[in-house]
Amino acid sequence: MPPIVSTHALHKVYQMGAVGVPALRGVDLHIEEGEFVAIMGASGSGKSTLMNILGCLDVPSTGTYVLAGRQVDGLSRDQRADIRNQVIGFVFQGFNLLPRASALENVELPLVYDRARRVGDPRRAAEAALTRVGLADRMTHAPNRLSGGEQQRVAIARALVGNPRLVLADEPTGNLDTRTSMEIMQVFQDLNDQGITVLLVTHEQDISRCAKRIVELRDGKVIRDAAIGDRYVVGSDPRAGGTAGPGGAS
Amino acid sequence: MIAWIRYPGVALRSLLKNKSRSLLTSLGIIIGVGSVIVMVSVGQGSQADIAETINSMGVNMLMVMPPHSMRGGVNRGAGSLATFTMDDADYLRERSEYCSAISAMTMSPAQVIGGEGNWSTSVLGVDVDYPRIRDWGVDQGEFFTARDVRTRSKVALIGKTIADELFPGQNPVGVRVRVRNTPFTIIGVLSEKGEDARGRDQDDVILAPVTTVLARLKGGREIDMIQASARTIEELDEAEEEVADLLRTLHKIMPGEDDDFHVRTQTEIIERASETSRIMTSMLGAVAAVSLIVGGIGIMNIMLVSVTERTREIGIRMAVGARERDILLQFMLEAVSLSLAGGVIGVMVALLVAAALDAIWGVTTVVNPMVVLMAFGFAGIVGVFFGIYPARKAASLNPIDALRHE
Ligand SMILES: Nc1ncnc2c1ncn2[C@@H]1O[C@H](COP(=O)(O)OP(=O)(O)OP(=O)(O)O)[C@@H](O)[C@H]1O
Ligand SMILES: [Mg+2]
Repeated sequence: MPPIVSTHALHKVYQMGAVGVPALRGVDLHIEEGEFVAIMGASGSGKSTLMNILGCLDVPSTGTYVLAGRQVDGLSRDQRADIRNQVIGFVFQGFNLLPRASALENVELPLVYDRARRVGDPRRAAEAALTRVGLADRMTHAPNRLSGGEQQRVAIARALVGNPRLVLADEPTGNLDTRTSMEIMQVFQDLNDQGITVLLVTHEQDISRCAKRIVELRDGKVIRDAAIGDRYVVGSDPRAGGTAGPGGAS
Repeated sequence: MIAWIRYPGVALRSLLKNKSRSLLTSLGIIIGVGSVIVMVSVGQGSQADIAETINSMGVNMLMVMPPHSMRGGVNRGAGSLATFTMDDADYLRERSEYCSAISAMTMSPAQVIGGEGNWSTSVLGVDVDYPRIRDWGVDQGEFFTARDVRTRSKVALIGKTIADELFPGQNPVGVRVRVRNTPFTIIGVLSEKGEDARGRDQDDVILAPVTTVLARLKGGREIDMIQASARTIEELDEAEEEVADLLRTLHKIMPGEDDDFHVRTQTEIIERASETSRIMTSMLGAVAAVSLIVGGIGIMNIMLVSVTERTREIGIRMAVGARERDILLQFMLEAVSLSLAGGVIGVMVALLVAAALDAIWGVTTVVNPMVVLMAFGFAGIVGVFFGIYPARKAASLNPIDALRHE
């Protein structure tokens, strides 16, 4: 099976007027289906830039990116929109929910643009996704009536609803406290256990230990790429607290 | 494609979230659509009014006048001015086949004394056929007879206005009045006729035998015009042609020479009057249409603000897979919903205003469904036209830039 993510010599230069700011300087990254990768690195090392390119939200300046066997660089805006809709689920640090729509409507949003109509009943699929992240009893709430952890669960449900093969999360726990962060990580681990490839950015050592592999960036280059020896599985350790189950957040 | 069905709902919802702003934005369209409909309705109402007054004069009426009473007519020398006498009327009456009624007519301004005081009015000298030509009835008493005309009887019928002024609450039939020193016996009161096309009170009049008026009030033999009635409206053109031919024969006018008279029919008058009114109507409509366009600019303005405010929302939609066209359609639908909602309210306001004008101020309005549809459709087009630019602006955003927008 080909790797789900395969990049070669990715470069990204942000143009600030006359000055070019290099953010990525030759990233080669290969991720197999079913992996759980944490991307780490100092602030400004290019983590978000890489995630945005991998998520087809942005395009590299040079270099190639093959996603699930398909060459992505050079595709049109609409083709990239379709990839975001069909193949990828993206989770943001700031949740990025539509403030005036209910949790259910937020989760349904990707299905509104699902031209392939892979999901039969959008309402049912959205309910299932919310149940999967432990929010079965919060469906009609507006985002401003949900806690930060709950909002991020809604965002994850939205990323899941279209059955993506790859879930990308840029500092998904950056706005959350430690305990809530662990609950969110458990959700990601569950997804990964169900076969979804997860790629997330984090600053925190504790969070990265939940993944199976760590990639570290510095100045737009990969400086370390290693499997995690002492992986931490949320819920398996009684010290992490018994409330960490998906349903426990309510 | 089925997902598109949801878009109108999405558009409507985001508009309802900003009710007062949506309403203010639509105000331009409301006023635009409203004024187009009201203006055109008033214009068409006045056209209808004109048509009705002309009908009230009798549609198959012909008027034969000497050319100097024509506007812009050429004065053909002193000798040719006094062209009409009773002989002309008698000649036509004897020979015309297409005319069913013919009456000479002469007019003289006069002071009437009698009843409650005196009154300045016009005395019309006419023949017995006159009520039939003008489709004019007699309320009290009776019209004068051919014998009265022959014998120059000093009898008269008075219009409703004079009856009200000089004989309020009384029956004037049989009463004698003085018209410029000549005593006349009132033998009837004419039924009410209202205003004519130029707004003059047609009931402020005295009718008397044309011969009496010529002999007692005017002197001489010259009459002002001949009025006639074609047998049917279809034969109006034939009647006009026949009358002209007969008068040419009588006046010995050679082919190629100018006529010393002029025949006018109601159709001519209707056409001229409604032409003027039509031009007015389209001018009013055009002015109102400009306000529709101004309304469209208001929509564009608010949609641009909305795109800026909702840049993040656009970014989120794009991040989960919205294509350019999806965003374009969403904002287009919002703009069109705004203008169509304005259109609906505008139509309702216009119907209310038109009804109020009619009921309270007595302005005749004719609300034409075609005009309503056109104004409404134009509002939609304005929405599309002025919605395109903001919608394109939204659709062309970069997903990542839109998401970063604060
Ligand atoms: N839109 C942009 N325009 C110009 N420069 C940018 C832009 N986005 C990022 N950069 C620059 O690119 C470099 C990498 O930024 P990036 O956001 O990828 O870092 P990061 O690793 O995600 O940092 P953080 O941990 O703080 O989120 C930085 O030097 C940043 O200043
Ligand atoms: Mg970042």
